[in-house]
This record gives sequence, C-alpha cells and structure tokens, in this order.
Amino acid sequence: MRDALGIGLAVGVSGVAFGTASVAAGLTVAQTCALSLFAFTGASQFALIGVVAGGGNVIAGAAGALLLGARNTLYGLRLADILGVRGVRKAVAAHGVIDETAAAALAQPTPAAARTAFTATFAALFLFWNATTLLGAVATERVGDTSAFGLDAVGPAIFLALVWPRLREGRRIVLVAAVGAGLALAAVPVLPPGVPVLIAAAAALLGPAAAPAPADEDADGGEATGGANGPDGDGDGASDLGPAQEVRP
Amino acid sequence: MTVWIAIAVTAAGCYALKYAGLAAPRRLLDHPAVRRFAMTVPVALLAALVAVQTFSDGGSALTADTARLAGVGAAATALLLRAPFLVVVAAAAGTTALLRALGLG
Repeated sequence: MRDALGIGLAVGVSGVAFGTASVAAGLTVAQTCALSLFAFTGASQFALIGVVAGGGNVIAGAAGALLLGARNTLYGLRLADILGVRGVRKAVAAHGVIDETAAAALAQPTPAAARTAFTATFAALFLFWNATTLLGAVATERVGDTSAFGLDAVGPAIFLALVWPRLREGRRIVLVAAVGAGLALAAVPVLPPGVPVLIAAAAALLGPAAAPAPADEDADGGEATGGANGPDGDGDGASDLGPAQEVRP
Repeated sequence: MTVWIAIAVTAAGCYALKYAGLAAPRRLLDHPAVRRFAMTVPVALLAALVAVQTFSDGGSALTADTARLAGVGAAATALLLRAPFLVVVAAAAGTTALLRALGLG
C-alpha cells in the first residue's frame, strides 16, 4: 500500500509535467485531460503531444503512441493468469495494465498479494495521474508562454529516465537505442514530424541477427525492471520495487 | 478536430492493446522472436524520442538549443547519480530555465 502511494506520488509529478507540456504543445485542457483519462499510459501520451507540438502529422503521432503502448500488451499477457479476472472486471483491469502496475504486481510473492498490489497501484496512479494532469494543464493555460520554465527539456528527460534502466541489460540494447536514435535524427530533415520516431522501431530488428537469444530469465527480469516506464514513467518506481519476479500461480 | 481524432484513436488503441494482453493466449509470450521484438521496440522508440525532442523543435530542422541540451545533460547526470525521477525532471527543467534566465540558448 505504501509502495502504491509512493509510486502514485512520483507519477503525480510527471502528471504535472504532462499537463504542462500538453497545453504548451497546443492542446486544450479538455484534450489533455481526455488523454490522461482514456489513454492512461504516459509514454504514449507524451509521444503524441510531442508530434502535435511540432505541427506534425497527427496520424504519425498516434501511430508512435500505439507502438509505445504495445508493451502494455506484454504486461497483460503476464498478468492475465495472476489477476484471473473475467467479464466487466477484466475490462476495468485492462485499463490499468501499465508499467508501474505490472512492476508492482509481478514483484509480489503470491498471486493474492499481486492482485492487491495491482489494484492499489492502479487506483493510486489513476487518481494522481489525472488530478495532476489537470493541475498542470490549467496552470499552464493561465501562464501562457512557458518556454522560460525549461519545459521543453522535460519531455526528453522523462524519455531518458524511462529508457535508462533498460540500457543496463547489455550491449545489444545499447546498440538498439543508439541506432534508433541515429535513424530518427537522420530522418528528421526528410520525413514529416512524427514519422522519424516510427522509423526507429526498425532498430529493434537488430537483435536476433546480431546476437543469440538470451536466456528467458534475462528477458523477464529486464522488462519488469525496465518497467518503470510509467504512465509516464517513474524512473525510480522500479528500483523501489526491486527486480520484479514472475509470480507463478 | 484532427487532434480530437488522434486522441480518440490513441485512447481506443492503447486500451485495445492493454486488453489484448489480458485476453490473448499466454503462450504467445513463449514465442522468443515475438517476445524479443516486443520488448526491444520501446527501447528504440524511447531513444529516438530523446534524440528527436532534444535536437529538434518538432519540425523538420535539426537544432541545438544550448539551454535545452544542458537540461537534458543535467537529466543524464542525475540518472548517472541514481537520482529519483523527480530530481531528474527538476534538474532538466531547472537547468534549462536557469540558462534562459541568464540569456543563454
């Protein structure tokens, strides 16, 4: 429970950052809050508003957001057995399948504890994330020009914090990150805004050809630990939780 | 209006992706190629987002805004020092804001 509140608080900070960045990008307060309420997965939300800010192609922005959101599918695959929810409860629980809830649930020793952790983290996060999004959005709307606050550095800083724990997984991951960044930068002058980031996904294909598949364990621990990826990322949430262990019911 | 459509698509898509995980047969995860690709994609995307948002203003020009570069550098330093997330974000915004207040970048 205390963990859930701690994560909620850290995520709340990013909520303010998201609300602020979103309104600064040109979205209305209503649009900003709608994203936090209904998309409820921070990295995707930041990716979408980043493209809108540049006056880019919103379709490319949405595609980037969805590609980032695809990791939640993986969390769902791993949580399905543990949560054991059906029907309406499954439909509600699905909304909460994100980095922090997965990391919190998978770190628990028993399925019962995992269910409690999932529910508590989901509730705390949903509350904090949406309240602070509104706060940041309204505040920014009042202030107007926010460039003096250095908020344009917040987006990259958050993404950096999200990818950081993953970079410790080994050389292949570092290579993927470097190639992804390089591809995207090279594409910026020639492709419409939003598309360069999509191109970078191709870097993920580097893996299998470049290196033999790692042990299962590696992939498992890595994802859940790197799972500080947030509704938008609470860089330190994962380290608080320690390396997540798979709960096997 | 287009922004609303993008928001609706993003929200619906993100929910569908989450739900698909809970609903899909678990053995999908056992396919090593699927699993590796799915776990690696976010790394490539996040790194790309860091690079693009650091070195461009969202448009088609590559830029090097001194204040923003310093802000991202401060965030990287904070991460190296294992600072909490809050400190990382504050370091980025604070450094950039400070440099702008001083008339740099």
